[in-house]
Amino acid sequence: MELIQLWLNDQAVTVSVGTSLLAACRAAGLTLPTLCHLDGLTPVGACRLCLVEIAGCSRLQPACTTAAADGQRVHTHTQELLDLRRMAVELFFAEGNHICAICVANGNCELQSMAVLVGMDHSRFPAQAPQRDVDASHPRFTLDHHRCILCTRCVRVCDQIEGAHVWDVAYRGEHCKVIAGLDQPWGAVAACTDCGKCVDACPTGALFRKEEGLTGKQPDPAGPARLRLARDQGRWWIP
Amino acid sequence: MATAHFHAPRWRCCDASACRMAGSAPLWRALRRARRAAGLSAVQLPIKRVGCLRLCSEGPLLALDGGAVSADPAAGRATRLYGRLTPELAADLLMEALAGAVPALEPHRLDPHLPFFALQRSVVLEHCGVLDPGAIDDALAHGAYAQLRHCRRRLSPAAVRAIVRLSGLRGRGGAGFPTGLKWDTVAQQPPGPRLLVCNADEGDPGAFMNRSVLEGDPHRLVEGMAIAAYAVGAERGYIYVRAEYPLAIRRLRVALAQARRRGLLGDGQASDPMALRLELRVGAGAYVCGEETALLRSIEGRRGVPHPRPPYPAEVGLGGAPTLINNVETFAAVPSILRHGAAWYGAIGSPASPGTKVFALSGALRHTGLVEVPLGTPLRQVVETMGGGGSEGWPIKAVQTGGPSGGCVPASQLDVPLDDDHLRSLGARIGSGGLVVIGPTTSMPALARQFMRFSRQESCGQCLPCRAGTVQLEQLLDRFVGGVASRADVERFEALAAMVQRTSLCGLGQAAPTPALSSLRWFRQEYLDACMATETPWS
Repeated sequence: MELIQLWLNDQAVTVSVGTSLLAACRAAGLTLPTLCHLDGLTPVGACRLCLVEIAGCSRLQPACTTAAADGQRVHTHTQELLDLRRMAVELFFAEGNHICAICVANGNCELQSMAVLVGMDHSRFPAQAPQRDVDASHPRFTLDHHRCILCTRCVRVCDQIEGAHVWDVAYRGEHCKVIAGLDQPWGAVAACTDCGKCVDACPTGALFRKEEGLTGKQPDPAGPARLRLARDQGRWWIP
Repeated sequence: MATAHFHAPRWRCCDASACRMAGSAPLWRALRRARRAAGLSAVQLPIKRVGCLRLCSEGPLLALDGGAVSADPAAGRATRLYGRLTPELAADLLMEALAGAVPALEPHRLDPHLPFFALQRSVVLEHCGVLDPGAIDDALAHGAYAQLRHCRRRLSPAAVRAIVRLSGLRGRGGAGFPTGLKWDTVAQQPPGPRLLVCNADEGDPGAFMNRSVLEGDPHRLVEGMAIAAYAVGAERGYIYVRAEYPLAIRRLRVALAQARRRGLLGDGQASDPMALRLELRVGAGAYVCGEETALLRSIEGRRGVPHPRPPYPAEVGLGGAPTLINNVETFAAVPSILRHGAAWYGAIGSPASPGTKVFALSGALRHTGLVEVPLGTPLRQVVETMGGGGSEGWPIKAVQTGGPSGGCVPASQLDVPLDDDHLRSLGARIGSGGLVVIGPTTSMPALARQFMRFSRQESCGQCLPCRAGTVQLEQLLDRFVGGVASRADVERFEALAAMVQRTSLCGLGQAAPTPALSSLRWFRQEYLDACMATETPWS
């Protein structure tokens, strides 16, 4: 395995060729915030939280989609980046209806944790309070669009791990929305295998099991990585 | 004794979109009826439908070549130009062509020596308005495809790339990347198939440069693409046109079919390994599909959303193959560069930005239409000398360049040379070439909001800063337009605009705040005047 060396915040790190910057950061023990990234799924670089500064590159690059390169000098926690991340999380909170007190994911929500991580105690942007729908047509699961942050983890896990491709994104801009089938009620989509991988991959309370309305949500975001490893290596027992 | 010279008259009738909207089709039919009534044939008095004749504000336009009896051979061949014509004038026009100088046409006569025409330097638009875009024979008679044949017979792909590289041609779609470098990058990728794409998804409001090339001289684009395909080793290519250009699409389909029949393009049977298989793809109305990575996804039949670069399409493009993407105008400049040489092209324009650029002039201006000028021409010369200054004698307040990703140049800075480096130093961009002149009655915050609304509506919604940031930015601009802003809103706006610029995934999001920031830079007082006295700090 060919190895490369790069500098993360002036600390030398050695990783194998093909490692993403995000994985390199994690290997070095750095906490880089992410919302759209999920191990086991292809990265999309959409949430912009893992943007890092690479010497010689005028634009900030998302660590999740950028490959680590030999000799690269990367800074991950400059004041500019910290400010940008906090503003991004504020925008997330302002664009949807994220009311932790009445959410199934309260205490188990990546967006909520992200607010804590970036030090956001309130959003400086006026809440948009959009009028969105709740799709409870599926017998076991519910999709509450008010809490959706459009990370597309559900879309990708269904397509890439389950192979059912129930989910997609429709419309554009602020009207973007995750749709089931051809924008049908979820319960009417025959392609859905009821596996619940989308629910486990969802970082917020947008997707949840119906019984979790009472108990609170217990997601399993490590599922895709576990399954991918098992399939790639043909190991079906999990240590 | 002086000899009287006479050149048989020929009509050229503008058949581009702008003149069509002004009524060029009924005019053309009336002319043909008048010719029939006079007992003349199409050979005796040709009436040709051609691409854009440039001065769109005076449409429908008609050009008359020859027809005058004169002692001076040049004058006898001279072109006369007429504008704002109606079908009722057809009989008079016929008389004009045959006998000359019909008084009733006096108000319709346009001076072909107007600075609007005289200061143009036609390279890309060389044959636009001259040849019939529906007739390949006409194009061939004007030298179309000669350079393609020359390349294939006499030049190696590397030699073609060297000529393009030495010419200094830079991408005309807005980013201004050196074309030769891009071609080299594609050509030097590891062995395997390569693809070629023409970005004809011209979506900027106030931009119609590419449309005019497609409608007026489609074979020039096809030839440019075929040369590029030869130079980078591509066997297949696509032209991605927006659906909002139905006439351009029709003309391209005709041109492609004609070129295939003549063996200039591959017909899909792969008979000639050198022949490019070129197909048309029609967009479905998303501005973001003009962004190259989104465009490629759209061609692949997927949702048109951008993805992060690198890897650039030149390395990993359509279906994973190295893909060369250039704008219409970039490809269309190639045949001329090969015909006249890299040195010839490099000598036009400024050293840093060689060549010519087509600009679409519109807005509060006397003469609007299409102009092609050397890069580095002062903006003042384009809008005041060529464009005739503000409409109805009004002063020019500013010029918006580069559409929703560009910025405004205030009246005080009109002497700026029109090239990207100079415009960027003013916070504007050359963009794809739209120049919208803003009159004194236009409110800058309202204009900035208009562009922000456009960006908000056209955001693909994939990345957060563009999707949610443009909504918030537009709402802040609403406060300035409504006169209920506070000074803290200026600060708020600047901070969020900087974040959207810095963190958006693609060029569209990164550029979305540019028009507003540039108008804030030059017309800050207008924003401050819209603030209320009370202050609410931003925290």
